[in-house]
Amino acid sequence: MSADAIESLVEHHFGEYGGQFVPETLMPALAELELAWTRARADEGFRAQLNGLLRDFGGRPTPLYRAGRLSERLGRPVYLKREDLNHTGSHKLNNALGQVLLAKRMGKRRIIAETGAGQHGVATATVCALLDLECVVYMGVQDTRRQRPNVQRMELLGATVRPVDAGAKTLKEATSAAIRDWVTNVQSTHYVIGSAVGPAPYPSLVRDLQRVIGDEARAQILQAEGRLPARVVACVGGGSNAIGTFTAFLDDEHVELVGVEAGGEGIDTARHGAPLTVGGRAGILHGSRSAVMQDEEGQIVQAHSISAGLDYPGAGPQHAFLRDSGRAHYVAVPDEQALRAFKEVARLEGIIPALETAHALAWVLEQDDGELDLICLSGRGDKDLAEVLGSHTAP
Amino acid sequence: MSTQQATGVQRIADAFAGAHKRAALMPYVMAGFPTLAQSIAIGQACVHAGADLLELGVPYSDPLADGPVIHEAGTRALAAGANVGGVLEVARALSPSIPVVLMCYANIVFAPGATAFVQRLARTGACGLIVPDLPLEEAGEVRKACDDCGIALVPLVAPTTPRDRLDAIGASARGFLYTVSVVGTTGEREAMQDRFAEVVARAKASTEVPVALGFGISTPEQARQAADAGADGVIVGTRLVRAAGESQDPAGAVGALVAELAAGLAATDRRSAS
Ligand SMILES: Cc1ncc(COP(=O)(O)O)c(C=O)c1O
Repeated sequence: MSADAIESLVEHHFGEYGGQFVPETLMPALAELELAWTRARADEGFRAQLNGLLRDFGGRPTPLYRAGRLSERLGRPVYLKREDLNHTGSHKLNNALGQVLLAKRMGKRRIIAETGAGQHGVATATVCALLDLECVVYMGVQDTRRQRPNVQRMELLGATVRPVDAGAKTLKEATSAAIRDWVTNVQSTHYVIGSAVGPAPYPSLVRDLQRVIGDEARAQILQAEGRLPARVVACVGGGSNAIGTFTAFLDDEHVELVGVEAGGEGIDTARHGAPLTVGGRAGILHGSRSAVMQDEEGQIVQAHSISAGLDYPGAGPQHAFLRDSGRAHYVAVPDEQALRAFKEVARLEGIIPALETAHALAWVLEQDDGELDLICLSGRGDKDLAEVLGSHTAP
Repeated sequence: MSTQQATGVQRIADAFAGAHKRAALMPYVMAGFPTLAQSIAIGQACVHAGADLLELGVPYSDPLADGPVIHEAGTRALAAGANVGGVLEVARALSPSIPVVLMCYANIVFAPGATAFVQRLARTGACGLIVPDLPLEEAGEVRKACDDCGIALVPLVAPTTPRDRLDAIGASARGFLYTVSVVGTTGEREAMQDRFAEVVARAKASTEVPVALGFGISTPEQARQAADAGADGVIVGTRLVRAAGESQDPAGAVGALVAELAAGLAATDRRSAS
């Protein structure tokens, strides 16, 4: 089904959001990427190659699993879209496979990426190994510490991990470092951005590559239950697993779409990663206008989350648009509650979720209403064990 | 500014025309680095050492077009308390003695609204605005605001910019065309002079306004080579910011380097421009 999925437009704007706020040096590369993507997605050969790899290398389609004990506990059916069962352990592979294949088709020999949780870095390093391309991954020093196993995986896969020591040493700085590398090496290099953020065409490109999640899940839930879910829930860092899940349901007006951001130490403090939930003036970060955590003068402020993948002060422009239009809504779950859900779901379901995903699970666990919830289980939590077991929060 | 005074656009044109050098010299000064007061002193030292125009950088949290030296200087300036109000005071202090062109990332410009930002800038007496992450496609609102205030919105072109795009940007340029000499971020580099002629010729063919070459020019030799290549102006940033950060006497250190650069560009220095 994913072949037909790749049919949407390459939008530059989502209402007032999006755009291309980058140095001139990159503008021709963005145009080249947009053209290459427009051609590739219409090309049978490319689609067959991508879908073949998604299936045979990645393990798609991923199951939609009725979480029995969770459903029993909550008194309503709860379904998990099992992106954790993707090769490399998260939804990030969907995007990495598509973009690296595209880069190869464009004749690029060198791939760069940023990573927070390390899942996007691992996915990109994996595909670069598969396709024999050079791979450099930028990662904040704070994240190389808290997601250590993923650093080791990337290195084993042949990638170079460049620790980034600026600012808060997390995902925002890693992304800035990757963009600076791209400005310098743009002729030889493709930048595989890891979420539905960045200058156009990235938010559209990443969404197109991730919408396979929702396309599969929609068909699967219809098959299993004969009806659509009342709620579709996903965590939001930059927003790629969420937009990938939401897209298939956008026209199903009665399906509620819920994005769960990082509440960190509370959205009434400065230490969170919830720009969509908190609202406020739009801003420009990493090439597009969207919801951004910033001060009055437009300096971007540091985010905070226990989960490296949600520890980001921005969000994809399409999410800001969906929020304003009322089609989706966004909520925040604090660190502690996510940690509790992490442990609870492990025992209830025998699935250790990623800390990112645990935010979405925590929100659903808290709702006592509802008829049928579908949650994107965006990744597995093996990478988080040291962080969780080392934390002092009571279970 | 009063209506009797020349507009920013005119002052910039006059500065290029009256430079009495082989190319106008435009040092980059990071406002608020090491402190606001010292950055004013650095700017004044540039004036005394022979600068023709001044590019004044606004410290920003996420400067995507800048290499590590300017990034670090911006981070330190912000940590030392620099804010937009303070930066604009630097512009106000320096503008009577030299045309000031502000280099400011887009999010800072849009935060209060482009029109409000540009009007505030114009009231300091500054002449121009460079927004390094505002390509042609996104520039309309800011350019209109600038045109309404006599501020020159100076666009950038890069070696990667294709011909037809170059023409469109060149036609939109006010004040001068900021021509990036290399594919990359700001920073000191060696031996890319061999590409100057090509880069400058392309830029000059696309525009009526002067062409200033920047990014990676740090020595008097490179400045002279840029002039030899036909550049109307030379922008030197990272080398000066590094000196400001390393010296106990930032204004003295930057002034000395600017004097060397000015000497390198002196009209009397008649080395054959083969
Ligand atoms: C498992 C998992 N889920 C979610 C995210 C957040 O990213 P996005 O919002 O783009 O899905 C990450 C990012 O690292 C992740 O690893």
